[in-house]
Amino acid sequence: MKQSQGEIIKVSGPLVVAKNMEGASIYEVVKVSRLELMGEIIEMRDGIASIQVYEETSGIGPGEPVHKTGYQLSVELGPGLMSGIYDGIQRPLKDLFKNSGDFITRGINVPSLDESKKWHFSPLVKKGDYLEKGDLVGEVKEMSIMHKIMLPPSSSGGEVVSIKEGDLTIKDTVAEIKSKDGKIEEIKMTQKWPIREKRPFSQKIVPKDLLVTGQRVIDTFFPVTKGGTAAVPGPFGSGKTVVLHQIAKWADADIIIFVGCGERGNEMTDVLKEFPELKDPKTGRPLLERTVLIANTSNMPVAAREASVYTGITIAEYFRDMGYNVALMADSTSRWAEALREISARLEEMPGEEGYPAYLGSRTASFYERAGYVKCLGSKDREGSLTVIGSVSPPGGDLSEPVTQNTLRTVKVFWSLEDRLAYARHFPAINWLNSYSLYMDNLKDYFEEKGGDGFLQEREDAMRILNEESRLEEIVRLIGFESLSSRDKLIMETARAIREDFLMQNAFDNADTFTSFRKQKKMLEMIISFYKKGQELLSSDESIDNVLNLPEKAELAKAKFINEDDIK
Amino acid sequence: MLKYKGIKEIAGSLIVVEGVSNAKYEELVEVELPDNSKRVGRVLEASAGKALVQMFEETRGLTPESSKVSFLGKTMTLEASEEMLGRVFDGSAKPLDGHPYPILEKNLDINGSPINPYCREYPDNFIQTGISSIDALNTLVRGQKLPIFSASGLPHSLLATQIARQAKIAGNFSIVFGAMGITFEESRFFIEEFKKTGALSRSTLFINTAADPVIERITLPRLALTAAEYLAFEKDYHVLVILTDMTNYCEALREVSAARKEVPGRRGYPGYLYTDLASIYERAGLIQGKKGSVTQIPILTMPEDDKTHPIPDLTGYITEGQIMLSRTLYQQGIYPPIDVLPSLSRLRDKGIGDKKTRKDHPGLANQLFASYARGQEIKELTVILGESSLSETDRAYLRFAEKFEEKFLTQDLYENREIEETLMLGWELLSILPKEELKRVKEEDMEKYLNKEQNETKS
Repeated sequence: MKQSQGEIIKVSGPLVVAKNMEGASIYEVVKVSRLELMGEIIEMRDGIASIQVYEETSGIGPGEPVHKTGYQLSVELGPGLMSGIYDGIQRPLKDLFKNSGDFITRGINVPSLDESKKWHFSPLVKKGDYLEKGDLVGEVKEMSIMHKIMLPPSSSGGEVVSIKEGDLTIKDTVAEIKSKDGKIEEIKMTQKWPIREKRPFSQKIVPKDLLVTGQRVIDTFFPVTKGGTAAVPGPFGSGKTVVLHQIAKWADADIIIFVGCGERGNEMTDVLKEFPELKDPKTGRPLLERTVLIANTSNMPVAAREASVYTGITIAEYFRDMGYNVALMADSTSRWAEALREISARLEEMPGEEGYPAYLGSRTASFYERAGYVKCLGSKDREGSLTVIGSVSPPGGDLSEPVTQNTLRTVKVFWSLEDRLAYARHFPAINWLNSYSLYMDNLKDYFEEKGGDGFLQEREDAMRILNEESRLEEIVRLIGFESLSSRDKLIMETARAIREDFLMQNAFDNADTFTSFRKQKKMLEMIISFYKKGQELLSSDESIDNVLNLPEKAELAKAKFINEDDIK
Repeated sequence: MLKYKGIKEIAGSLIVVEGVSNAKYEELVEVELPDNSKRVGRVLEASAGKALVQMFEETRGLTPESSKVSFLGKTMTLEASEEMLGRVFDGSAKPLDGHPYPILEKNLDINGSPINPYCREYPDNFIQTGISSIDALNTLVRGQKLPIFSASGLPHSLLATQIARQAKIAGNFSIVFGAMGITFEESRFFIEEFKKTGALSRSTLFINTAADPVIERITLPRLALTAAEYLAFEKDYHVLVILTDMTNYCEALREVSAARKEVPGRRGYPGYLYTDLASIYERAGLIQGKKGSVTQIPILTMPEDDKTHPIPDLTGYITEGQIMLSRTLYQQGIYPPIDVLPSLSRLRDKGIGDKKTRKDHPGLANQLFASYARGQEIKELTVILGESSLSETDRAYLRFAEKFEEKFLTQDLYENREIEETLMLGWELLSILPKEELKRVKEEDMEKYLNKEQNETKS
């Protein structure tokens, strides 16, 4: 159908205003100017549409056409997504390179998924089976994962009247479904989904499983569940990105979606270079094979940055719907909020706190709410989870700013990164005194089962010792370490061991970069048993120096460098 | 070309032209005065029948009735050429050295285009600056953007020229130097310094002094980077771009934003300051398959020495680390007054070590760092408790910190230290500390380098 066209009346940065736009819907995708730049309608008034444009607008002026497309900003979901790197509106960067070279130019239209590649489709149902929306139709092996082909949520379901097997492209029909009223629906391997709408599931379940990240301070002290939400705020240089990269590398999720939202280009390159070489500890396959990257770096158009987190989370939901455990990292949500602010200012909306639009809070909340542990859509019992971890870059490291505050109101886990710790090269620079996880109750059963007796107690003991330390530090500052009692000295030294030998973890050391939960438990046990032994010895009048020279103490420092396979 | 006579409004450097039919966003505009002189501007907002234009030059003398406006149908470009090396230009790329403009090789949009992250090459090659505290601890890597956070009254200009003079990369090496809003004396100093040391022949200078139009401060870094990209990605140069002072750039941006009556963000700076700075800093990098590289050292002065001020803060979020200058060190007479503890080069670990600098470098750097941090801590304690309460080890740390500042940090303005020399100096200092304290260096490296000189002198 030929859509009627509008006309530009104003251009101001990424915001274009056009008239004669009657009949267009809000959030509809439009093609702006003769260059056909992609844009999205974000405001409609009497046939006048405000459009945020996803590409540079220089050289565009009034009088140029705006074409309606009739569809909402959507992502294309199907085989070919894995290990891809896309920009904020799901254009594959590899194909942009083929089209325009090393620098990204404008007005390039490339399909999101390879339309000519053949995939081997194996059916999971047969002719005559009855399917509901969300049910699995078949599967395709895509690198190391089985890419499930589902009946799209928009389908009305029905009886399978034909199904193919063999090497097919995503354009081919793989099955036909006859609905109750006799209509035939063709099923292909791909489906489209508007990014601003959450994909449906049948119900949410309270998450009870630990997302093992292999990072000791996180798993043991401030854990996040599969299907949980976490935020990592921190000033620059405190290592937010390294924390997110570490989780992307080692978390025991099936699929990782990494959204580089308004951050450095080199960081995305780092992932692209490193992930093919690192092996997934679970499958032994290159990490990149389970990863999808969305890269909208800070110098790429700001409106596409706003869209990038939604593009990422929609892809993540799609894999969740197949029954996978998916983890999404968004680095950094502050840049997303700034993009919102920039567009809002151009729309001349009434600003809220610090110039951010008043809807910042609700947008943040609804983004994180797309995480969860769910029973997937469909007739069969299938469970999937989507964990969302966002970094926040508070200006000046000041956590009272709106983005941090709005995020903390929503997420359940808070890893507080501090530059003070980073300066002391304590990495990950997660402050153990003000971070928290609200999932401890959910995970009680998990920890009791996997950690055995005593783990929760040891964890508590360790926290107590760290708290004691911060109290004693004040005293040491006034009167010196030597004036402490032997018991207090033992606390200080044990706390130091917890900090240096347990909390500190070197992301760049092969043995230390990942610690299994089993090893974490062992390490913690060693520290606490040293402390208990020390206490006993002190009660029987042993000198503190002798206690601190116990061989057990020296063992603590070496523990982290012991390979996983060599743990007794 | 159509000429319009419809200037409706002039306010500061902004003019509103009415009755315009086809102005394009960011298009260049030429205003002809009654005396036939011409001034240039750029479209900030294009609406039907109306254009908001930002003038690059003074608006004084413009008369709404008699000035004629023409829209040039193109956005701002730089006429790039390899011949720009050895030359000095102003903020609108006009030669300042009295020679004619070099012959055009390629016309380039000064805003550039974002490098496709897929095409980037990860920076992992060391650049020797000859300054120990940078080379050993906060290593500069080819393709990196590593700013210097300074403050008024600190010798960042000296440091900048020292780096420009000493920086060493194998292959074609050149420097693009952009100065924004600096004083006449400073601009003299830079030009003379470049000439005196012979660095000028491999450099291109863009200079905008405080007396030049404010708006040129906004275009200047883009001109400089466009020239740098041309030299790097079309002519295979390794280009080091030094931009000073980014604070003046941001002030100019704020001035223009305020004139446009935009909703201000923190401290009156526009809400898009992050995005704008990123469009400059992100132009550093390497591209797969290209021989050249663009490395950036932007310099900024932190207002009130405050690291959390929006300019250093947003810069730190974009750049790959920062070199911090310290007033305390400078007051102690230490040059260069680089405070290594809050300084950071995020790419260091990828750029050093075996085959890049030397195998022991990473461990040594961590050890020096940790030991100096410990030394500083003890120094603070000593203030309260007095030196007598310190243990033997603590005293060693104190001595180490002192020597570290005196020998390692301190270096003459014209002293160019090879990396080997810097590393050996580091080992020499570590010998002050008891061996058991050196937990971050490898046993084998310790055997090889520690006390080596003492052993040699003994024998």
